[in-house]
Amino acid sequence: MKLGGGWWMVGGGSSLASLVAAVWVAVAGVPAHVVAASARQADATVQKGNEAYQYWCATCHGRGPGHPGTVALTAKYRGALPGVLEERTDLTPQTVRFAVRRGTSIMPFFRKTEVSDADLDAIAQYLTRRAAAPRAGR
Amino acid sequence: MAVPPGVSTRDWETALRQFRQAVGESWVFTSEDDIALYRDAYSPLWGEPEERLVSAAVAPETTEQVSVVVRTANQFRVPVFPISTGKNLGYGGSAPNLSGSVVIDLKRMNRVVEVDDKRHFAIVEPGVAYFDLYRHIQERRLNVWIDCPDPGWGSPVGNSLDHGVGYTFGAYRDHFHSHCGLEAVLPNGDIVRTGMGALPGAKTWAEYRYGFGPTVDGLFAQGNLGIVTKMGFHLLPAPEAYQTSIVTVPRRRDIVPLVDLVNELEHQALVGMPEYFSPLGGFGRPGPPPQELVALMQRPGGPTDEEFDRYAQQRNAGAWSCRLQFYGSPKVVAAHLEHAKDRFAAVVAGSTFQDGELLRFPLNAEQLDRVHKVAVGIPNMSIFSIGARTELNPSPSDGHLWFSPIIPKSGEAVLEAQRVFMDAFAKLGMPSMVSPFTMPATWMHRAFIFIMAFPISRSNVAQNQRTRAVFRELVKVAAEHGWGEYRTAPVFQDEVMAAYSFNNHSLLRLHEAIKDAVDPNGIVAAGRSGIWPRHLRRTRA
Repeated sequence: MKLGGGWWMVGGGSSLASLVAAVWVAVAGVPAHVVAASARQADATVQKGNEAYQYWCATCHGRGPGHPGTVALTAKYRGALPGVLEERTDLTPQTVRFAVRRGTSIMPFFRKTEVSDADLDAIAQYLTRRAAAPRAGR
Repeated sequence: MAVPPGVSTRDWETALRQFRQAVGESWVFTSEDDIALYRDAYSPLWGEPEERLVSAAVAPETTEQVSVVVRTANQFRVPVFPISTGKNLGYGGSAPNLSGSVVIDLKRMNRVVEVDDKRHFAIVEPGVAYFDLYRHIQERRLNVWIDCPDPGWGSPVGNSLDHGVGYTFGAYRDHFHSHCGLEAVLPNGDIVRTGMGALPGAKTWAEYRYGFGPTVDGLFAQGNLGIVTKMGFHLLPAPEAYQTSIVTVPRRRDIVPLVDLVNELEHQALVGMPEYFSPLGGFGRPGPPPQELVALMQRPGGPTDEEFDRYAQQRNAGAWSCRLQFYGSPKVVAAHLEHAKDRFAAVVAGSTFQDGELLRFPLNAEQLDRVHKVAVGIPNMSIFSIGARTELNPSPSDGHLWFSPIIPKSGEAVLEAQRVFMDAFAKLGMPSMVSPFTMPATWMHRAFIFIMAFPISRSNVAQNQRTRAVFRELVKVAAEHGWGEYRTAPVFQDEVMAAYSFNNHSLLRLHEAIKDAVDPNGIVAAGRSGIWPRHLRRTRA
């Protein structure tokens, strides 16, 4: 699948995910080279999630005018949460998967030929990359 | 596991095995969760026993795989229903007419075969979205525009095959009209190419649509004679500049010369898609109508034209406006705009123009943010801002259903449609979705669509049932006035086709005769547009 450009414009996600992975694995007492490999894998998944997100989701949930998903969430949360999904820190992978496979409000669900399970997992990881820090530390 | 109607369990298992051999294990979907993704998200039958559901989905990657899948389906008489990409929301989604059909999901066929920016055409597969084609063109800095519908996730192939429409210039916005040549897999698995594509080695497939002999392309649009796997499209050479200007006319009866003049400009290819509205009210206006207008509307017989005119004068507003779109070099744009002003000055006393800014391409970021993107060939999703949750619409519906009758492109027809549908809603005892200010959609090049959107609920069955009853009544009311829907969801396709009844339904009888000849087992998209295969055909009253 060909993905959209622009993923480089959203910085910080990958390095944060690496840190999270390193902390979690270090606590579990896993050797350093395994920690590094896991971090690289997490980096790659978040990057893949970012690309899939920009292609499939950002057309409605992006920043700026003309993004109905952002308009809808801004109206729903009235400032209690950000309208832009990428700015949220409270999302869980389950929430992301549910929205994509079940739809919500006027947002329809997406077939697996559109958003594959692997892409959806990556999108979920991308959107929860900030929320993952405290969760992993527990 | 669901088994398609009329297929034995044993044959079904064999067919599934052959589907998997053809496309690969992971591209045949049979689990409940996976096939639920092929429901129509905006189904007016949501959760009811009559909802159109699929038994499986098969996703081939090549025309040859489609052919193998169709041969298998034909052998075991498994009903199939092809889809491309995008959602077709409000017109049936990806759900079939016949429950239990196997969806042939063409999303994986996502190749842009060719784009030529000297001869101005593209050839694409069904899984290519408008977003993809646009990106392909931008990345290569090709000097062509695409004409896209509101949601950019749709497929040029799928959209044109359902007679979808766009926003730019003349015939380009009628997406099937702008197609040129197609490749299709017939119900027996045979692969056919139309127009110049039928001539091996021809380089003009997407340029000369007729080739030689009768043209059959139209049978594949809203039809069920095969599965289209490639299509050519004419593209617009990128214009240098773009400008809008809003012309406003003062009196209610001025709608007649307004439409006549805009028709003249448009059919001479001097303007792109016109967009009509009334400064006095209509779609998208926030808040309740002014009390004075409510009082006028409640009078028996409604307001007279003179009363409307007085109401407009008191507000220092015109009666009707039209946003004109000019494309071309700055000199051409200026000349066309000047000519439009001359014509209105000569014909409609008191008409005024409000010119927009002349925009030169490429647009900068700030211009991109405020331009109506589809009008300049840029696919996007902003249309869903209408209907989504907003401050003014805090409890949106779960979806919508489009009622889309074609009416003549005249001011008289607009006023008649307003009256007829307002009366119909009054008789049905429900709030009118039409007002004396409702204007039609203008996507069609040579006709208006007097479009309305009905809300759909995923939890309120009674509301959906009521909506379906109203919809069916409106189909009848429209037909009584010579207006027919151009496109509709499967649940209404029998009724809509029945309205096209000239000479004892001779058109449908022709479709059925062709269907029986080309698809004797009736496997492809049974019931599409009301065309059922012989074994499922009901006796017509």
